[in-house]
Amino acid sequence: MVNVLDIVEDEYIHPGTRMCAGCAMALIYRFALKALGPKTILTVPASCLTVLHGMQGFCTTKLSVLHTPFATTGAAASGIVSSLEEKGLADEICVVAFAGDGGTTDIGIQALSGAAERGTNFIYACYDNEAYMNTGVQRSGSTPLGAFTATTPGGKTRPKKNMPKILEAHGIPYVATANGSYIFDLYEKFQKARDIKGTKYIHILSACPPGWGYDPKDTIKIGRLATETGFWPLYEVFNGKFILSKPSKKHLDASNRKPIEEYLIAQKRFKDIKQQDIDNYNSFIEAQWNEIKRRLENQ
Amino acid sequence: MNVSGKNVVNSKKKVKILTGNHAAAYALRQARVGVMSAYPITPQSPVVEKISEFIEKGKLKARFLLVESEHSAAAACCAASATGSRVGTATSAHGLMLMYELLPWASGTRLPIVINLATRSCGAPWSVWDDHSDFITIRDVGWIQFMCEDNQEIYDTNIQAFKIAEDPRVNIPTIVAYDGYILSHTMMPIELENQEDIDTFLPPLNHHINLSDISQVKGVGPVTTPNIIKRKEGTAPGYYEFRYSLQKALENSINVIKEVHDEFTKKFGRAYGNGLFKTYKTDDADTIIFAMGSVSAQARTVIEKLREEGLKIGLVSLRLFRPFPIKYLREFFKGIKNIIVFDREIGYGYEGVLSYELKAALYGLKNPPFIKGFIVGLGGRDVRSEHIIEGVHKSLELAKKGEIIYETEYFGLELDELKDYDEQEFLKGGGK
Ligand SMILES: Cc1ncc(C[n+]2csc(CCOP(=O)(O)OP(=O)(O)O)c2C)c(N)n1
Ligand code: SF4
Ligand SMILES: [Mg+2]
Repeated sequence: MVNVLDIVEDEYIHPGTRMCAGCAMALIYRFALKALGPKTILTVPASCLTVLHGMQGFCTTKLSVLHTPFATTGAAASGIVSSLEEKGLADEICVVAFAGDGGTTDIGIQALSGAAERGTNFIYACYDNEAYMNTGVQRSGSTPLGAFTATTPGGKTRPKKNMPKILEAHGIPYVATANGSYIFDLYEKFQKARDIKGTKYIHILSACPPGWGYDPKDTIKIGRLATETGFWPLYEVFNGKFILSKPSKKHLDASNRKPIEEYLIAQKRFKDIKQQDIDNYNSFIEAQWNEIKRRLENQ
Repeated sequence: MNVSGKNVVNSKKKVKILTGNHAAAYALRQARVGVMSAYPITPQSPVVEKISEFIEKGKLKARFLLVESEHSAAAACCAASATGSRVGTATSAHGLMLMYELLPWASGTRLPIVINLATRSCGAPWSVWDDHSDFITIRDVGWIQFMCEDNQEIYDTNIQAFKIAEDPRVNIPTIVAYDGYILSHTMMPIELENQEDIDTFLPPLNHHINLSDISQVKGVGPVTTPNIIKRKEGTAPGYYEFRYSLQKALENSINVIKEVHDEFTKKFGRAYGNGLFKTYKTDDADTIIFAMGSVSAQARTVIEKLREEGLKIGLVSLRLFRPFPIKYLREFFKGIKNIIVFDREIGYGYEGVLSYELKAALYGLKNPPFIKGFIVGLGGRDVRSEHIIEGVHKSLELAKKGEIIYETEYFGLELDELKDYDEQEFLKGGGK
């Protein structure tokens, strides 16, 4: 795995940020752009990331960005790629779509699925803060079971959509999960994706203090708990091969996983979670890891 | 003879017999579009199919993005245009409505995209047949909108549309519409120009945004504020200034539209009135029929007959619907006594859109003309000569009495034939 000395010093986001204190997405974006480098064109739909990109007349990144309506990210990226192909620049410039979980799992799923099915040569990154944060914390298809949002005041009654699996089912060459609390792992995955041809999908869990209800100083800790409890395993599927990422390896052994309650009770959004839902989390985690074991054994 | 006043069949140029859809496809090919992104819908699909064929045969070096919806088609068009490619596409009714979100996006970003629209009615209920409902739904999104009257005009207007849209004084997306089936699927002889001549008329796009030039960092379409932003690095406009500049550019585009039309006429020999509207037998006229597209085409055929009745009547066929050529229409209609407007759509809850827009445009003229509007031909219902003739007669009678009727009036409805039909039962989904 890369270490701190491997991370390029160049910064692609200008100093200062509009994000909330403790926003994991800002960190994720900073390191993803470092991994991608200067020959990158970004496209971003409506989301907290739009806000990061700043106001008219002042671009906050050192890379060009095309803002695009909420549902269109996959299609906008396809348009950029087609134009670069027409100009013979497609091998030189990396096209990267960066969208929230709402823009990915809900309103933008069609455009993303279309782009993946066409094998569009681009990276699609979803930073998953598990709700529509930009519009004031409403549920998305990626909001987890039992979580309180402004539109699920009694806690969400259905689990989170498994987006990486949906993308895997498209038969694309690269699918990976990541987590803002494991920045070297994330950096490496973006570097790897940059050099693969075809559609690459990276789904990044992105802790969000106001949306999840915890102290901003705890962002890294909360994000880590999602992986340490076995709820958000880090892995890659590269040309069909399942690779468990280093931070998640030890969680193959259930005794190395922290109890899910540690993750849940640390966040106000799960304040009223029912025992039944906690049980559901435990069986979900067990099933998820059994599947991971099966996949590792059968390849 | 076509509406440009030229007899195409005797032309020495290369003449092909083409449908309206294929005329559009040939024009897109000769305009050398770099990226197309489209989705099939009746009656536009043959444009997409023909373009696919051109690309397959190596006759057009474009990237063709076959997307999963019109929403994505329009988004991909916007993105490809912002990346610096010449972009064209085609759609109809439901496709255009699915694109809707991207239309003000494209104009706000000032992307010179050209869309061909084979017009079709908007459901429900389903109808694949022609009217202008789809065309008028986008009148407030900030696009330039043309309506064509024959296949030659479709071809010519496409070539002009790119030049207009891409003019640095304009940078506004443009829609070229033509009646579904009536033109989209009807064969007509068309003069096709030499590629070299088209290339000199329409040089390669030099895009004002061009994200593919990564030496220039750009943030395209960011958040704007109610007020301007002042910083030590400079001052940036607010949303209001952005949109004001779009409106100004649209107003000024009329000059460019005329200029491009005149240059086209000089080079290729075909003219469409003043480029904004076409006139027919209007020199001595005191009474004018005002319409667009297929309705104008129908009206042309009855002018002679009405003149035999002793009426001094002519036709104004609107070519440029947006920007609405107010100044030129006011000038033209000065001194005209009667205008009869035929709309192939309804501005629901009001009246035919052309009718009320013309009334507004002529507001305050001295001795204003008497204007009366009728609805015709929704959902592909035939627009007949009798409808036009009866409309003219009825309107002139009302004018004589000075009677202004605001209630919308229709031709071609067959309510009498439906005597035993119970509207309430029908709306519930019942049928026989
Ligand atoms: C068509 C459309 N519907 C709704 C919105 C309003 N909207 C803007 S951002 C947003 C939520 C974004 O959620 P997500 O993608 O998860 O990103 P986040 O804000 O959480 O970073 C919504 C609902 C919109 N911009 N466009
Ligand atoms: S709401 Fe959450 S995701 Fe959005 S800026 Fe704040 S911390 Fe970041
Ligand atoms: Mg979100």
